[in-house]
Amino acid sequence: MGRRDLRLEGVTKAFGSFVAVDDVTLTVPSGSFFALLGPSGCGKTTTLRMVAGLERPTRGRIRLGDDDVTDAKPHQRPVNTVFQNYALFPHLDVFENVAFGLRRRGEREVRRQVAEALDLVELGHLARRKPAQLSGGQQQRVALARAVVNRPDVLLLDEPLGALDLRLRRQMQIELKRIQTEVGLTFVHVTHDQEEAMTMADTIGVMNAGRIEQLGAPVELYESPLSAYVANFLGQSNLLRGTVTDRTGDEVGFEVAGRRLTMTAARCRSQSRQLLAGVRPEKIHIAPAGGSRGAEPPAGGAGPNGLPGGRNVLPVGMVTDASFTGVSTQYLVRLPWGQELMVFAQNLGVGDVIPVGAQVTLSWEPAHTFGLDGSQDATAGVEAVDELPALRTAPTMSTPAPGAGAVGG
Amino acid sequence: MVPPVARRHRARPVRWLGEHAVLLYAVLAFGYLFVPIGYTVAFSFNDAGKSNLVWRGFTLDNWRNPCGAPEVCTALRTSLEVGLLATVAATALGTMVAFALARHRFRGRTVTNLLIFLPMATPEVVLGASLLTMFLNVRVNPGFWTIVLAHVMFCISFVVVTVKARIASLDPTLEQAAMDLYADEWQTFRRVTLPLVAPGILAAALLAFALSFDDFIITNFNSGNVTTFPKFVYVSATRGIPPQANVVGTAMFLVALTVVLLGQLASARRRR
Amino acid sequence: MSSLTSVAAGTRAAGPPEGPPVEPVRRGRRGTPYLLLLPGMLWLTLFFAVPIVALASQSLQTRVPGAEIGVYTQTFRWANYPDALREYLRWFGRSFFYAGLATVLALLIGYPLAYAIALKSGRWKNLLLVLVIAPFFTSFILRTVAWKQVLADEGPVVRVLKAVHLLGRTDSLTATSIAVVAGITYNFLPFMTLPLYASLERLDPRLVEAAGDLYANGFTAFRRVTLPLSMPGVVAGTLLTFIPAAGDYVNAALLGTPGTAMVGNVIDSRFFRVVDYPTAAALSFMLMATILVLVIVYIRRAGTEELV
Repeated sequence: MGRRDLRLEGVTKAFGSFVAVDDVTLTVPSGSFFALLGPSGCGKTTTLRMVAGLERPTRGRIRLGDDDVTDAKPHQRPVNTVFQNYALFPHLDVFENVAFGLRRRGEREVRRQVAEALDLVELGHLARRKPAQLSGGQQQRVALARAVVNRPDVLLLDEPLGALDLRLRRQMQIELKRIQTEVGLTFVHVTHDQEEAMTMADTIGVMNAGRIEQLGAPVELYESPLSAYVANFLGQSNLLRGTVTDRTGDEVGFEVAGRRLTMTAARCRSQSRQLLAGVRPEKIHIAPAGGSRGAEPPAGGAGPNGLPGGRNVLPVGMVTDASFTGVSTQYLVRLPWGQELMVFAQNLGVGDVIPVGAQVTLSWEPAHTFGLDGSQDATAGVEAVDELPALRTAPTMSTPAPGAGAVGG
Repeated sequence: MVPPVARRHRARPVRWLGEHAVLLYAVLAFGYLFVPIGYTVAFSFNDAGKSNLVWRGFTLDNWRNPCGAPEVCTALRTSLEVGLLATVAATALGTMVAFALARHRFRGRTVTNLLIFLPMATPEVVLGASLLTMFLNVRVNPGFWTIVLAHVMFCISFVVVTVKARIASLDPTLEQAAMDLYADEWQTFRRVTLPLVAPGILAAALLAFALSFDDFIITNFNSGNVTTFPKFVYVSATRGIPPQANVVGTAMFLVALTVVLLGQLASARRRR
Repeated sequence: MSSLTSVAAGTRAAGPPEGPPVEPVRRGRRGTPYLLLLPGMLWLTLFFAVPIVALASQSLQTRVPGAEIGVYTQTFRWANYPDALREYLRWFGRSFFYAGLATVLALLIGYPLAYAIALKSGRWKNLLLVLVIAPFFTSFILRTVAWKQVLADEGPVVRVLKAVHLLGRTDSLTATSIAVVAGITYNFLPFMTLPLYASLERLDPRLVEAAGDLYANGFTAFRRVTLPLSMPGVVAGTLLTFIPAAGDYVNAALLGTPGTAMVGNVIDSRFFRVVDYPTAAALSFMLMATILVLVIVYIRRAGTEELV
C-alpha cells in the first residue's frame, strides 16, 4: 500500500433534513496524526464513517492521493478502523482476529505479519485467547493490531480510549503516538477529549455542528483560537466583552468596564469595535489586594503603554471559590460587573491559598491576550452543565416507560 | 415520619421458616412437577405385559427389549422420521424468513409478521381441523406426508422468532468491522454472521424437533391411519399402555435432559 | 408505573451518540428479501391461511340431503353459527372456566417458583431452570396418563386424601372436573413459569434494596416494586397459558368424562365420530374469535407494549 494524502472535498452528509456533516474540506498529509475533535453530535464520527466507507456522503468527494474512493465499498478501500467498542469477533481467537484482514486479501506470510503486529502492541503471548478472556485495555490493543497489520493508507480510530479508565487512557495515548510514528501510518483519531487531542495530534480539526471551526496544530489552536467556540472547547478561556478604543501598528487598546487594557495587534481577530478579549486562566496572576504576596508584578509607575507595570490589571476582584488540586490552585474570582474569571495559580510552594471572600487583584501580560470578534456568543463551546452523565447501569427493564428518557426530568 | 425500628422477637424456627418460605415452596413445587415423571420411570420397570395399570413386580425386561411391544417401536420410528423431516424443513425455511425480516427492508412486513404470529396464537384444534378440511377438500388422504406438512407449518413460526431474536442480539459493528477488513458481503455473512447466529439456529432446530415429537392434537387430525408415538399412547390409554412406552418416555427424558445439560456446560465453559 | 421504574428504565442508550442510530440493515440486492421469504411464506400461506379459509367456507355449508355422510354443499348458511352456539354454549362456558381456573392456579404455583429460581437460587439458577422444563421432555400424553394413574382410586393420592377425610369413602378423583383442571394446570405450567422467570430475571435487585432503604418491608417491597415490574411476564404467561388451554381437549378426554367435555372435544367428535363438519368448523371459529376478544380485552386492561 502506498503512502497517500487523505483529502475530503466539500463532504456533506444529510439524514433527511438533519445535516450531520456540513461541507467539510480538509487534507490529512500522509504519515501525520490528525485528530477530529468535538462534542457528541458534532458529526465527527459520521465523517469518520464516510472515510471508512460505512456511510455514503450526500455531496462531496473523498480522495486517497489521486484515487477517488467516495463510492468504493468498505472492503474495497485501503482504510481500516478501530471501532469504539473494538468489535472483536467473539468466535475467533486473537490471532485469527488480527489475521482476518490479511486472509481476506489473500496475503501470504500471515503468521509472520500477525506476530509482528501483536509484538507491536505487546500482546504476543495472548495470541490464542478469545476476546472475552481479555481485559478492556488488551481488547483495545488487539483491535489496534488488527487494523495496523494491514498497513492501510489511513487508520481511523473512533474514540478508542473512551472505555478505559484514566490511568490506562494516558498510557494508551502515549502508546498510540509511539506506534503511529514507528509504523509511519496516517492516523485519523476522533475524540471529544480535548486534552487527548492536544497530547497526541500533529493537527487538530475542531468540529461544531457538522462544520470545521478551525484546523491547525495544537499550540496554534490553543494560543490563537479563531472563535469563542474553539477558545472555550480547548482548555478554558476567560472572555471579556469590551470595545476597541484605539489601534496603533503593534497594539490594540480596548476598554472593559471602564478599565483600559491592551493586546498585540497580531492576535486581535476582530475588525469591528466589538471585542471579546480572551486570556487563559494560567496566564493570570492573582494577588491579595493591597497586600504583599510572593511574586508580585513589578512595582513602580506606569509602563510604556500606560498600564501599571506594563500589565493588564483588574483590581477589585473577590474570590468566590478556591480549589487546591495539588498542581495548582484554581480560583473563581468575581469582578464588579458580575462576571467570574478562572485563575490557575501554579503551586510554587510560596504563600498560602487565598481564602474565599478575599479581595484580590488580577493582572497579566498584554501579549497573552487574544481578541475575538465581539458578535459571537461568549459561551459557545462551554460544555453544557445540565447534561448528567449517562447512568452506567445495564438496562434492566424490558419495557422502557414511554417518555422516560430524561433523567432528573 | 420515620417509622420506628421494628423489634419483634420471633422464635427461631418460625423466623427460619419465614426467610426460607420461598425456597421450601420451590422444593414442594419441584416435587409436584416430577410426580408423573417418577411414575413413568417407575412403571417402565413394571413386569406387566400389555396392561401397565397395576404394579406387579420389578423387571429389566422392558429395558432390555424395548421393542417387545412392536407397535411402540413403529410409532416411535414414525415420530422420529416426521420429527427429523419437519425439523430440517422448518429450520431452513424459518431461518431464511428470519434473516429477511431482521436484515432487509421490504414491503409487506406487516402481513408477514401477521402470518408468522397467527399460527402461534391459534388453538391447535383449529389448526388441525382447518388443515384436515383442506386436505379433504382437495381429496388428499391424511397420512404420513400430511403430518409432515402440518408439523413444518406450525414449527416455522417458532423457528423465525427464535432465530430473529438471535440475529437482533448480534452487534452490528461486527459486520461493519468485517467489511472494514476487506470481507465482501458474502464473506462477511459466511465468516462472521453465520457462525454467530448458529447457536440460535441450533436452538430453533431443537425447539422444532421437540414441538414436532410431542404434538398430538394437530397430528391426530391429520394422520389418518398412521400412528405417531403420542397418538399411540393416547389410543392405548384406556386399555393400558405397554411398559415399553414408559421406557421410551423415560429414555426421551434422559436424552433431552442430557442434551440440555451439555448445552449449559458448553456455554458456561465458553464464558469462562 | 412508579417514578422509580421510569428512572431505571430511562437510561441513556449506550453507543454512538451522534445523529440517527447506526442501522444494521444491509443494502443488499433488491430481490434478496423476497427470495428469502418466498418458501417459508408460501408454506404458511398454503398450509395455514388457505386451510383457515377452507374451514371458514366449511362452516357455512350444509349437508346435502340424501347424500352420503360427509358430503356438503356451500350454502352460506350463517345460521350455522348461532345454531352451534346455542347447542354448545355450556361447553364454551366450561372450556373457558376450566382454562381460566387452570391459568389462575398456574399463576399461583408458577409465580413463587419463578421467583425462587430467578432471585433466590444463586449459582443453581440454570440447573433449576432446566429441572423446571425437564419434566416436559416426556410426552405430553404420557404425563397426562401418568396423572390418571396417580389419581386413580387405588393410588396413593386418593388413599391419603381419604385418610384425612378430604374425600369421602365412595368419592373418586378420576373422571372429575377436578382432575381435568389439575391436568391442564400441570401441563401448561411451563408456559406460565418461563415468561415469569424471564421477567423476574431482568429485575434489578438494587431496586428492591432501594425500596428497603426507603422503609419498605419485605412484603411491601414485593407488592410495590417486584410485582409491578414483573407484570409483562405475568401478562405473557397468562396469555401463553390460557390460549392453548382453552382449546385443549386431551386432558378432558383422558382425565374426565363426557360430562367434563370442552369445546375441543366437541370439535374432535364432530370431525371423527359424528360427521358434522360445518358445526365443527363453526365451533372452531367461534373458539378462535372468543379467545381473540378475551385476549384483546385483557391486553387493553393490562396495557403492555411488549409480549414476547
